[in-house]
Amino acid sequence: MQKYLKPSVFILSTIPFLVILYKIFLNKLGPEPVKEITHFTGEWTLIFLCLTLSMSPLKRLTNLSVWVSYRRTLGLFVFFYATLHLLTYVGLDYRFDWQPILDDVVKKKYIFIGFAAWLLLIPLAITSSKKMVKLLKNNWKKLHRLVYIIAIFWISSLYMVIKNDFF
Amino acid sequence: MIKFKNSEITPENIYKKRRSFIKSIGLGASSLAISAIPFANKSSASERDKLTSYKDITTYNNYYEFGTSKSDPYRNSKTFKTTPWEISIEGEVEKPIKLSMEEISEMFVSEERIYRLRCVEGWSMVIPWMGFSLSELLSKVNPTNKAKFVEFESVYDPAQMKGQRYPVLNWPYNEGLRIDEAMHPLTTVVTGLYGKKLPNQNGAPLRIFIPWKYGFKSAKAIVKIKFVENMPTSSWMWASPREYGFYSNVNPNVNHPRWSQATERVIGEGVWAPRIKTLMFNGYGDEVANLYTGMDLKKYF
Repeated sequence: MQKYLKPSVFILSTIPFLVILYKIFLNKLGPEPVKEITHFTGEWTLIFLCLTLSMSPLKRLTNLSVWVSYRRTLGLFVFFYATLHLLTYVGLDYRFDWQPILDDVVKKKYIFIGFAAWLLLIPLAITSSKKMVKLLKNNWKKLHRLVYIIAIFWISSLYMVIKNDFF
Repeated sequence: MIKFKNSEITPENIYKKRRSFIKSIGLGASSLAISAIPFANKSSASERDKLTSYKDITTYNNYYEFGTSKSDPYRNSKTFKTTPWEISIEGEVEKPIKLSMEEISEMFVSEERIYRLRCVEGWSMVIPWMGFSLSELLSKVNPTNKAKFVEFESVYDPAQMKGQRYPVLNWPYNEGLRIDEAMHPLTTVVTGLYGKKLPNQNGAPLRIFIPWKYGFKSAKAIVKIKFVENMPTSSWMWASPREYGFYSNVNPNVNHPRWSQATERVIGEGVWAPRIKTLMFNGYGDEVANLYTGMDLKKYF
């Protein structure tokens, strides 16, 4: 039983990606498809962030250590969906036209902190392997506390972009 | 609500063909001086000026009276009653008047006017409106010399308009123009689109459209037009003065605080289509730039 659970978590985590691919190629995203993809990938980044963060509390609540073993997979999917989100914005929306992108990163707070969150995810993704955990020892835990900052950044960014943020 | 029989509605593809046919005759005669091959001229601009589909125009709307999601107006406006309807023109005028929709359609001839609609959110459509210049309607009253601005008030009817049950904006929706802007021939009273009666979700029975300003300036379902002395505070200025100015002219050089206005997405062009550059005054600069001579448009955004 146990040995099937981890692969299942992986397969389930790819479903949002398959859904968006299906919608793109069957033209099911409505009049503003690029915006839909941006929102979709941004939202799933947030969902995976929450899932990743809930594994330790679940372990404590249920007294089952198995939860923590899904954390790496879920965490890497945070990076995966955040990267898709970034690529949608930079590639699909702005066609790697750097001038307006740089303008946005500097001027728009929500893009700045969203981008910062993605940058902070990189070291976490690189050091996610078992080897790295051993190599970094106590520092690994310290480094991976960055996830809290990333979550705060991502949520603030989303909060700011919500249309009626002035209410 | 008038119901159209299917047979009365011109299919969109035939509508477009008919238009291009009329255009080809019209252009052939009138544009000889500009170009010997009118179609060559036409094709260079054709991608930009391609009409947005009737479906997208009527299912993708910002009309908060019917809900804040863009698909809400289509869904929630189906039973909205537009008859009887009366528009009152009042304020700083010698003799205020009230006109019913029937009177308005008898007094003014609607013509087809194809204009680009640029939403402040960064997308655009090209819409074949039916309408006439607002100046024709306003000429029915004599403004006093105190009148400097024109205020537009949309209908307030929370029983029929779900969105008005929530304080999303300070209902009724309110917009305004300077008198010279209101009298400009491009400022249009809209009564229809694609040769049909104006759909409820697009502002039936009567709305205005100001092609060189962001879409929200073009108030829908208007019941009151008021000449006033002082600059009105529009609903959006009231909601967020930092984000929405009184003028709200389309201007690629002045960014919205939360997003760039340099480019726009063309609705209906699909996922692989690139953004296009936003033009100053939405491309109507030749006609309207002189209204703002000497004004700092960064300050008066």
